[in-house]
Amino acid sequence: MHVVVFTRSTPDTAARVEVGKDGSVTWGDAAMVVNPWDEYALEESILQAKNAGGKATVIAIGPEQHNDALKHSLAMGVDEAARVWDAALENADSLAYAAAAAGAVKKLGDVDLVILGKESIDVGTDQHNYQIARKLGWPMLSYVSKIAAVDYSARTIKVERLLEQGRQIVTSRLPAVISVMKDINEPRYPSFIGIRKASKAVIPEWSLADLGVSLPPTRTRTLRLMNLPAREGQVEMLDGTPEEQAAKLVERLLEEKVL
Amino acid sequence: MSAVFVWIETFKGNAGPTSWEALGAGRLVADKMGVPLAALVFGENANAVAAEAGQYGADKVLVCDDATLHGFRLEPYAALLAKLVTEHQPKAVLAVGTTRGRELLAAAAADTDSGLLTEVTSLEVQDDGSIRVVRPVYAGKILSEAAGNPDGVQFLALRGRAFKANAPKPDAKAEVTAVQPALAEDQIATKIEGFEEETGTVNLTDAAIIVSGGRAMANNPKEAPAGTANPEVWKAQDGFENVLKPLADVLGGAIGASRAAVDAGYIPYAHQVGQTGKTVSPDLYIACGISGAIQHQAGMRTSKVIVAINKDAEAPIFKLAHYGLVGDLYKIVPALTAELKKRLGK
Ligand SMILES: Cc1cc2nc3c(=O)[nH]c(=O)nc-3n(C[C@H](O)[C@H](O)[C@H](O)COP(=O)(O)OP(=O)(O)OC[C@H]3O[C@@H](n4cnc5c(N)ncnc54)[C@H](O)[C@@H]3O)c2cc1C
Repeated sequence: MHVVVFTRSTPDTAARVEVGKDGSVTWGDAAMVVNPWDEYALEESILQAKNAGGKATVIAIGPEQHNDALKHSLAMGVDEAARVWDAALENADSLAYAAAAAGAVKKLGDVDLVILGKESIDVGTDQHNYQIARKLGWPMLSYVSKIAAVDYSARTIKVERLLEQGRQIVTSRLPAVISVMKDINEPRYPSFIGIRKASKAVIPEWSLADLGVSLPPTRTRTLRLMNLPAREGQVEMLDGTPEEQAAKLVERLLEEKVL
Repeated sequence: MSAVFVWIETFKGNAGPTSWEALGAGRLVADKMGVPLAALVFGENANAVAAEAGQYGADKVLVCDDATLHGFRLEPYAALLAKLVTEHQPKAVLAVGTTRGRELLAAAAADTDSGLLTEVTSLEVQDDGSIRVVRPVYAGKILSEAAGNPDGVQFLALRGRAFKANAPKPDAKAEVTAVQPALAEDQIATKIEGFEEETGTVNLTDAAIIVSGGRAMANNPKEAPAGTANPEVWKAQDGFENVLKPLADVLGGAIGASRAAVDAGYIPYAHQVGQTGKTVSPDLYIACGISGAIQHQAGMRTSKVIVAINKDAEAPIFKLAHYGLVGDLYKIVPALTAELKKRLGK
């Protein structure tokens, strides 16, 4: 049984992200961390691999800075890591990312389950998740809040998905791609021994040629990044007794026509 | 058919509150491009929803009411959308980026090697036919301006509540065409085994008004019953149920929460607003006992009117809020509920 999990390094969630004078994005000296949603995917890959006596492999697609996320993953207890990078992926869109990711899964060959975090907080998108599944031709189970059962011999999986209206229970054939929510587990901290082992790990880098992937054309362009418009006006503090505060607020809300 | 396609999301055969927003946005795009606006309605009750789509401004509707499409599943929906896109080569495909909308568009865009822009909050068709959009990135800390390529089909997943639905015209009728599904049941790898619907609550991402509680919900002055295993959790849960919920109820709103409240077990994760929860943009967001951490702001900063109730006048939430009330939420919220009942005549 082989589980593959994807991750990437993103600026810390507390970072002040801004667009600099040259138009590029900056986050000062804020640290890079594992994309927070990926922590749940990493934890789940470790649990699933352990339950089935199999192995978990973590992959990042991107330049060398993403090795930090891979080392963090190894330190948590994922068995192996690889990074995919190629100049052709620079400024490519989600479809190219998905093609490369699907290529990496195919290269590994014997994969039963691909686990992804719900989204990447930097680019703010999850579209690559579904597109990896389509490029593999595998079923996609998104927003998974619980893996209820996996049967690697019957090749089936049963999960709970968290949708707007409630919880859906779905079964699927394996191999499959799933994306997981925060509810699914409690991600572990890397152990001291794990960190030591991971720091020594040599992470292979695969090019698109290594994967035998040619990229679909990039069809969207980022034109520019912009800072948020300054917030108009200042907060109006409403004081008095709780009853007076309440009356003042209701007055304002009626004027604003939001009720 | 050169057209703009809009997928109309349904649940149990009904269009949801935000379903028609994409049709409103699609109308703008279709008019500028000078092509018809075609709604796509799949699943149970599709013909009734198709008639409604005509009232909301669609010129044409492609419907498919097949048993394989009852209850959303990505494979049959994406295969059908990709088939229709390949056959008709529309200029653009739009949907609201709900959990279903975003995966449907992403999958069909992948199947047809088309470009997709997500979380779109505004859009404009350029003279060359490319659609230029603005979308928040880095958890809404900055904005990105991006464009699709007019040589291909341009897929756009819209942020919920960012676009206005057109007012329905009772007499408007669209030309309805039935289409065949792309997959048979035995070609579909997934089966829906059940659905536990959350009843009686308003969906957070659709909600026009949200009342959220934070860690401070545990500062409930009420005493937990003797022998309660975890009095702090009991107090917070009691506060959500008996103090925040009545306020949400008079307002017809939904209940949100900070991650601190969720992690402490005061309320389920489905209610979490923020970077690792839901992104919402209601007309009115009332934050009660929430400090306003940057990760919380990421999920609610685009709310139209923000009210903060916090006992600490220095709390960062007041920098974002339009109206600030310093004080104990357990005193202010009941007063607010009472005042609203009086003023709204409930
Ligand atoms: C990777 C990552 C992701 C995160 N994602 C999210 C997310 O999605 N959503 C989220 O919300 N947070 C998120 N956080 C957590 C975030 O950093 C904050 O810890 C959290 O938002 C704090 O919640 P809070 O405001 O309820 O609690 P606190 O910060 O403890 O604030 C409680 C507030 O209540 C006030 N108060 C106390 N008693 C009363 C009273 N009786 N009446 C009125 N006011 C009172 C206090 O003055 C204080 O301001 C994330 C953090 C990380 C690291």
